[in-house]
Amino acid sequence: MPSPEDELIRKRQREGARVLALLLGAFVILLFFITIAKTSLNW
Amino acid sequence: MPAMEMIPTAALPADWRDFLALTKPRVMSLVVFSGLCGLLAAPELPPFVLGFTAILCIALGAGACGALNQWYEAELDAKMRRTAKRPLPAGRMNRQSALHFGVGLGVFSVVLMGLAANWLAAILLAASILFYVLIYTVWLKPRTAQNIVIGGAAGAFPPLIGWVAATGRIELLPVLLFAIIFLWTPPHFWALSLFVRSDYAAAGIPMLPVVAGVENTRKQIFLYTLPMAAAAVAPWPLGLTGVAYGISAGVLSFAFLVLAGRVLANRTTDPREMGAEKHLFAYSVFYLFALFTALVVDRWIA
Repeated sequence: MPSPEDELIRKRQREGARVLALLLGAFVILLFFITIAKTSLNW
Repeated sequence: MPAMEMIPTAALPADWRDFLALTKPRVMSLVVFSGLCGLLAAPELPPFVLGFTAILCIALGAGACGALNQWYEAELDAKMRRTAKRPLPAGRMNRQSALHFGVGLGVFSVVLMGLAANWLAAILLAASILFYVLIYTVWLKPRTAQNIVIGGAAGAFPPLIGWVAATGRIELLPVLLFAIIFLWTPPHFWALSLFVRSDYAAAGIPMLPVVAGVENTRKQIFLYTLPMAAAAVAPWPLGLTGVAYGISAGVLSFAFLVLAGRVLANRTTDPREMGAEKHLFAYSVFYLFALFTALVVDRWIA
């Protein structure tokens, strides 16, 4: 059975991974729109 | 750095909220605001997504500065009440994580700015980050009472970067906006350092009230307010803005001068009786927000 400290470490790691995944997803979407803006408007 | 042993080492992986705290979100809000105003005051606007990305890059660059500043000053922060609860001095994060986070964020913001806006804006952003971290934090802050005067240049970059991100050019108005923030920084920080000077003294930071005394600092606050007010009003007579901005800048700067005059007239050395200094500090934040709002409103109604 994992100790309370192990639980807390896992919880922190899960939260960190979730935040990182969200940020990476947002970055991909941002890059998509930057590409559209750069190519279609020739700015 | 032997003093590093004073800081407790984090046993757990850092919480994402602590990474957010490293970026000093409150300081970031003023940086983002001034950068946005620089962008919105420009004669031509980029497509929304590119303008948004440019402002995001300014915010990330400011976050990198905050993280690297806290990485370098962890043991100083541990000595000051105001900063002792930050993630590093409180032992909630490893120092190396803060360094990696700060460098990563800084490089990412510069590269993204170059790709999304233009490389002149990216160079200015890189220069502002390096200036804040190397010139201000590492070199000037622990050595000279003029740290705020020269270091203020780092915080003055955002409107210039915002303008250049939109236009690709450096012109007179954004340079004046740079000058306004540059000259605003000493009165703003010295007002704060007057009523928290015991903190700075305890940490051994040579802020002006610690080195030159309270009375001299009050005199310097007033003296710096004069060229700041002149720089704030200057865009109007130079024909760079309209009358709406000119009147707003005049009124706001006059109120700043009155409050700086009250600080000059104050004689107390007890921080609890420094109401004039606290008012000036609070007003100085409002002043910058109001002045830059007036600039954008003036540009958009013209």
